Amino acid sequence: MTLLITVFAAVIVTVKWYNRKDDSMKLGILCFLYWGASIMWLVDAIFEYAELKAEYFTPALEDMLNDAFLGLSVVALGLVIWIVRLLITDPKGSVRTALKKQQN
Amino acid sequence: MACFLISGLEALVVTAVEKGAEKKEEKNMAVDEAVKDEAKEEIKIPLSRKLKWLTYMLWGGVVLLAFEHVWHGEVVPWFPFLTAMSDPADAAEMFHEMATVGVCMAALITLVWFGMCKAADSIMKRSANADARSTQS
Repeated sequence: MTLLITVFAAVIVTVKWYNRKDDSMKLGILCFLYWGASIMWLVDAIFEYAELKAEYFTPALEDMLNDAFLGLSVVALGLVIWIVRLLITDPKGSVRTALKKQQN
Repeated sequence: MACFLISGLEALVVTAVEKGAEKKEEKNMAVDEAVKDEAKEEIKIPLSRKLKWLTYMLWGGVVLLAFEHVWHGEVVPWFPFLTAMSDPADAAEMFHEMATVGVCMAALITLVWFGMCKAADSIMKRSANADARSTQS
């Protein structure tokens, strides 16, 4: 479930990146972040499948809910990392403009 | 258990290499600008930019997987940070997982990155050829 949610997040962000008007939002970083995690969880899933076989596809409801909650938390963490980096690097200069306005 | 540590190690090495490549490219660019060698002017993605893609993927994966391990109680904020280290049998299992799952994770990310670089190079080459054809006609 975590893998599935992260892959969906990666695909959505990649589509957003492809349709971008300019690079000021730095969506590419978020794409790499989610794709990197997706690839790593894919390997984890393959090893787990090799161990559990068909049982891998029939998880208990409680485990599935926990994994879904984890997946959403992972997506949220990725978004937080991206937004903090965006505000610090400030490619559009919006933070700088806001700070200058407050000074005046 | 701690499979993400292998990718973390690779991320550290690749980040260092990327910084080195960036400095080297900056130096080369300064020399090229001084010489103004137009023949050298070709559309090519710099190595440092490609390495940046790999570092973003590796660091992203490492941070998000580390979070998953904290979630499952496998990583703790006190020494020795990995719960498996407190028991020799668990530690052996952890090292086995690092050697199998961890290495495979790092290898697959590197493989995907390699494919990305090849695809990006061919896209750039194709667009350069199309530009050349349009200026000729």
